[in-house]
Amino acid sequence: MTDTDMTSAEAGRQDDDVLVRVENVVKHFPIKQGIVFKSEVARVHAVDGVSLEVRRGETLGLVGETGCGKSTLARCITGLHPVTSGRITFDGQDITNLPRARMRPFRRDIQMIFQDPYGSLNPRRRVGSIIGDPFAIHGVADGAERKRKVQELMELVGLKPEHYNRFPAEFSGGQRQRIGVARALALRPKLIVCDEPVSALDVSIQAQIINLLEDLQDELGLTYVFIAHDLSVVRHVSDRVAVMYLGRIAEIAEGPDLYGSPRHPYTNALLSAGSIADPEVSAKRERIILVGDVPSPINPPKGCRFHPRCPKAEERCAEEEPALVPRLGDPAGHDAACHFPVEANEHLGHKLGAVEPSSEPTS
Amino acid sequence: MSLTEIESGAVDAGLEPKQEIAGKSPWLLAMRRLRQDKASMISLAVIILLVLAALLAPLISKWTGHPFDIGDRRFGLDRDGLPYGPSGRHWFGTDSLGRDVFIRTLYGARVSLLVGVVATAIATVAGVIVGLLSGYYGGPIDTVLARFIDVVLSFPYLIFAIALVAILGPSLWVTILVIAFFNWAAMARIVRGQTLSLKEKEYVEAARSLGGSDGRIMFVEIMPNVLAPVIVLASLMIPIAIVFEATLSYVGLGIVPPTASWGNMLSDALRTYQVAWWTLVVPAGFLLITTVAFNLLGDGVRDALDPRTERIFAMKRKKDRKAVEKQEADARA
Repeated sequence: MTDTDMTSAEAGRQDDDVLVRVENVVKHFPIKQGIVFKSEVARVHAVDGVSLEVRRGETLGLVGETGCGKSTLARCITGLHPVTSGRITFDGQDITNLPRARMRPFRRDIQMIFQDPYGSLNPRRRVGSIIGDPFAIHGVADGAERKRKVQELMELVGLKPEHYNRFPAEFSGGQRQRIGVARALALRPKLIVCDEPVSALDVSIQAQIINLLEDLQDELGLTYVFIAHDLSVVRHVSDRVAVMYLGRIAEIAEGPDLYGSPRHPYTNALLSAGSIADPEVSAKRERIILVGDVPSPINPPKGCRFHPRCPKAEERCAEEEPALVPRLGDPAGHDAACHFPVEANEHLGHKLGAVEPSSEPTS
Repeated sequence: MSLTEIESGAVDAGLEPKQEIAGKSPWLLAMRRLRQDKASMISLAVIILLVLAALLAPLISKWTGHPFDIGDRRFGLDRDGLPYGPSGRHWFGTDSLGRDVFIRTLYGARVSLLVGVVATAIATVAGVIVGLLSGYYGGPIDTVLARFIDVVLSFPYLIFAIALVAILGPSLWVTILVIAFFNWAAMARIVRGQTLSLKEKEYVEAARSLGGSDGRIMFVEIMPNVLAPVIVLASLMIPIAIVFEATLSYVGLGIVPPTASWGNMLSDALRTYQVAWWTLVVPAGFLLITTVAFNLLGDGVRDALDPRTERIFAMKRKKDRKAVEKQEADARA
C-alpha cells in the first residue's frame, strides 16, 4: 500500500498546529437481512464526506440534530468505528483503520467521555477498578501505585478518594460523569472527545462538569472535540464550532463568527431555536420553524442535503451539492456549504406571535 | 488543588487519614435478600444436610457396620429370601440382596450430588465461554456456534445419550460428560443473548476506546453482568442433572452396580417393591426432596438477584413487622 508514503508526504505538509485532521471521512453502516446468508439491503449514510481539522489546545464544538452523525464521527476519530473511506491523521500520523495492535499507542493519546453516565460505567465493578482500567490495560501502574494514581485522579475531578471501593450505582449522575472524566484523564491524553458529556445531566450539574472540563483543559493543555446539541453549551466552551446536518458539515467557523453571522439557513434555524432566558427578548425575536423531519440517512436527498426543509431552497439546491467554502466575503476559516447563504439582516422566519406556527403553510 | 501540586507532593492529597468506604456489592445485596426467603433457607439447610450425609457416608457405614455393596448375611434376608423392613438394625430396611437401604441411599447421594454439581459446573463453564464468544464476536463465528447450539438443543437427548453410553460404556465420568453435553447449550444460548445486548453498552465501548483486548472485554466487562442469569440457570440445572443421572442409571446406562445410585436402586426396587415398599419409597423420596430443595433454592436465588423484587422483599418485611406488632398487641390485651 501507498499508505505509509502518503503519511510521510502528508506529514511534511501539515502544520504543527493541527492535532487531528479528518479528510473526506465516510462512514456507512450496512443494513443486512437473512439469518444464515446475510445480504446487504441498504446502507445508513451516517457520515458522508466530512473534512475538518482540530487544532492543538482548542475546543471544537460539533452540533447538530440527533442522528446527524456527530457521534459516529466522534467514534471514527477515536477509532471505535472503522471508516468506510477517507483519512484521519493524528499528530501527523495516519491512524485510519489501524489494526488493533498498532492503534494501541494512540489509544493513550485519544480518549473519550461518553454521553450516558449510567451506561458508560460497568455497574458490577467498583469505581476504583473502573478508573484504574487505563493503567491496567496499558500496564502503566500496579498495585499500590495504581491505587494512589486512581485516588489522585478522583481528587482531581472532585470526587472523594475514600469512595474508591464504591459501586457506580452509589453515585449521582454528576459524580458518575466525573468518574468518566477521571477515567479519560488517566493516561494524560492529548485529545479528549466529549460525546454529549452533559446532555444527560441536570442543568445545575452541567455547569459543574463544563467548568471542570475547562479547568482541566487549562491545566493539562487538552484538546477537546465537544459534541452537543445544546447550542448555548457549545457556545460557552468552544473556540470553533462545526454544524452537522445528515452526515455532512453545513457550516464551520470561529465561535463568534458562527453565532454572529450564520450563513447556512440550517445554522440560522438552529440558532433561532435556542431558548433565551429573558421573556421580553424571547417574545420579540424571530424564529425559523423548519418543516418536516430530518430525511432518512438511508436515502439522503440529492444535492444539498438540507434543501427539502430549507426556506431558501431553489432548483439548483436539489441538483448541485454546495461546496464548503467561505461565502459572502467571510474570513478564511468560516466555511458554509450553501448556494444561497444568508446575509446579515435577512429574515427567514416570522416574528413570534405574528404568525401562529401551526398555521404556517407547508412549502 | 492542581494535579501538578499533588504530583510534586507539595500538597497532601489527603488520601491517608480518611477511612475507606467500601460499597455494597450487588452480590452482597442479593445474599441479603436471599436470607430473607424462608423457603430458600430451608432448602439450603436440606441441601447442606444432604451434602454432609454424602460426605460422611463411609464413616456412617463403618459406625453402623453395614457396607453399601455387601448384604448382611444373618439379618439381610429372611428365610424366604425376602428383604427385612425398617428396624433398629436397618433403619430403612434391606434390599433384594440384603444390603442396607439407608447406607445405599447415602452412597447414592454422593453420586447424585457429584454428578449434579460437576456436570452443571462443566456445562456452565462451557456454556458461558461459547455464549460469550458467539455473542461478542458475531458474524461467522456466531453463525457457526449458534447453529451448533440449535442442533444440540434439538437432539432427542435420552435416545442420543443411550446411544452414546452404549458406545462408550457406562461409567460415572461418561454419565457426567453426557449430562454436561446436553446442558451447556441452554446456558450458551442465554449467555449469547445477554452478551448481544451487553456488548452495545457504553462501558464496553469505553473499554474498547481504552485499548482493552477482546478477552478483557468479554471476561472483565461483560461476564460479571451475565452472571446473575447464569447462577439462576445453574442452580436450576443441578436438579435436572440429578434426575437425568437417575434416569440413565435406572435404564442401566449410568452408574453400574454395585455402586449405589438412586437410579439403579429404583431399578432394583422394581423386583421387590410389591413385598418391600421401602426399597422404592426411600430412594424415590430422597430424589424428590433433593430436586425440590434445589429448585426452591434456585427460585429464591432468581428472586434475590432480580433487583425488581426488592420491593416484594420490602413488602414482606413490612408485613412481618406488622404481624409481630399485632402479636405483641394481642399478648398485651
